[in-house]
Amino acid sequence: MTSHTLPTDTIVKKPNFETQRFEGRALQSYILSTITIVMAVSACLPLFSVIIMLLYRGGKRFSMEVLYALPPTAFETGGGFGNAIIGTLFMVGLAAAISVPFGILAAIFLAELGPYKKISQICRFCAKTLTGLPSILAGVFSYAAVVLVMGHYSAWAGGIALSLLMIPIVMLTAEEALKMVPKSMKEAAYGMGCTPAQAMMKVLLPVAMPGILTGVFLAVARAAGETAPLLFTALFSEYWLQVNDPTASLAVLIYNYSGSPFENQIELAWCASLVLVVLVFILNIASRALGQRKK
Amino acid sequence: MDSQKELPMKWGESYATPPSFRDRLFDKAFRGMAYIFTTLTIVLLAYILFEIGGKAIPAMQKYGLNLLVSTQWDVNQNIFGILPEIWGTLYSALFALVVGGVFGVAIAIFLTQDFLPHKIEIVLKNIIEMLAAIPSVVYGLWGIFVLIPIIRPFANFLHAYFGWVPFFGTELSGPGLFPGALVLSIMILPTVAAVSQDAFRAIPYKTKEAVYGMGATRWEAILRVMLPTASGGIFGALVLGFGRALGETMALAMLVGNSNQISLSLFSPANTLAALLALNFPEAGTTEVEVLMFAAIVLLVITLVVNVVGQLIINYSQPGGAKR
Repeated sequence: MTSHTLPTDTIVKKPNFETQRFEGRALQSYILSTITIVMAVSACLPLFSVIIMLLYRGGKRFSMEVLYALPPTAFETGGGFGNAIIGTLFMVGLAAAISVPFGILAAIFLAELGPYKKISQICRFCAKTLTGLPSILAGVFSYAAVVLVMGHYSAWAGGIALSLLMIPIVMLTAEEALKMVPKSMKEAAYGMGCTPAQAMMKVLLPVAMPGILTGVFLAVARAAGETAPLLFTALFSEYWLQVNDPTASLAVLIYNYSGSPFENQIELAWCASLVLVVLVFILNIASRALGQRKK
Repeated sequence: MDSQKELPMKWGESYATPPSFRDRLFDKAFRGMAYIFTTLTIVLLAYILFEIGGKAIPAMQKYGLNLLVSTQWDVNQNIFGILPEIWGTLYSALFALVVGGVFGVAIAIFLTQDFLPHKIEIVLKNIIEMLAAIPSVVYGLWGIFVLIPIIRPFANFLHAYFGWVPFFGTELSGPGLFPGALVLSIMILPTVAAVSQDAFRAIPYKTKEAVYGMGATRWEAILRVMLPTASGGIFGALVLGFGRALGETMALAMLVGNSNQISLSLFSPANTLAALLALNFPEAGTTEVEVLMFAAIVLLVITLVVNVVGQLIINYSQPGGAKR
């Protein structure tokens, strides 16, 4: 009955993890882990590089003047991008004014009124497809549907192009937020004799509001940074905002001036990037803070 | 109860009433609006297809499929061909898919397989997501003034010593496919990482415990169990990233060099459909606009197909995903 007695050395000998690390399977695991760590860290490098360059090159040029002055002409010094800030705010505001009610109302239908209806499934599918719509095609559409109809480039066309990009984000995040509301709260509202509309307005929407705002902030942040759809809907302008004329925006200003041969305009492009990235990051962090509080 | 004392109610009176006419009207209107906007989403997508497609019809009739296989672009003689742009779009997106995909999946593994304490995991995850928040035009600016000067000596070194490899066939003289595609891979990385992380997190914790209980090393567990289990979701993530790379505009419009040629070389200037639209639309004449609308519909069809496929893969590969 030799098989029943264990060889004593396996019990006594403890595995030495320090040397095991350099043998066979453990070595493979060790090497792969190192590679993964290096890859993960190097993936963060572009972010740090961008931020450092923005602070260095954009921060150098930053002054209060850039926030309210008009863009300089080619050989001028100084100047700023006050009109681009106003233009961005106007167009993003317009896009939000269209997409927020649109997205939330559709999300209410998707989450509460008819989640399993055929139309909801098609709508959800269309919204997800719209999320993948290249931003430039939103611009092409807005050009065909608004610019060609109105006969001129305008801030309206730019805002409508941006709203196309915001609608699916707002809709899908709002739907998720509404689904997170505990069922018992809704049932309590109905039990009190609320109509569906009252239950939505007085109970569901207020409870889901942080989640919905997360989506709205994310969508606004994305729209504020979009350039492609504005290239041929809002174009660019060196003057203050006039809604029926070409309108300046921060993103298009960066694009236009990045190819400029004039040092002053390149500096302004960096400075505008800094302002834009700060704006986008604030919106992102705000949305994240709201999302965290929800849990 | 105190609150009952405050309410001046007589016995038998009640605040509970059936919904008034106004309540019911509001309810009807509210539900109607919700229904209308739901339908409107579908109409919107159809309208986008219709508008762009409709404006492209004249060019389709005039040039037909010739446009897709011709390589010349001469506005003055009305000769148009978008084959180099289709090539550039697919080539740059594939490059971005390979680089961004490998990095994205590696990060997803790194963040989900207990390499790090939970708090650092969250910080790193947020940092990666911040990459996606930076507008593409800022990446373009960064690419022109930071990335290209950094990679140019490296690229020209590769060309000098490995010029016989078709990928390094030309010098990098400034903008080119490589810087554009590199920025593209940075831009799709967060998408790939986020969706693959979801796929990894969807694996039940017990599976992981079982694998480690069998005495597997960390990477045996990842390579033999985690990756195959999450492969559906990861594949979907890659397809979605590919779709984003196909449609990305600004980084390429600023970095790709806008040259109408087909070349295997990574360092030669090229062009993509989206960049073509961005660069030529503002000054286009009537015929050119029609041709650009044709290019837009080509891009739209490619990206829609890729996105729909990616979405379907993700829906059917995750437990419970198909229901939504």
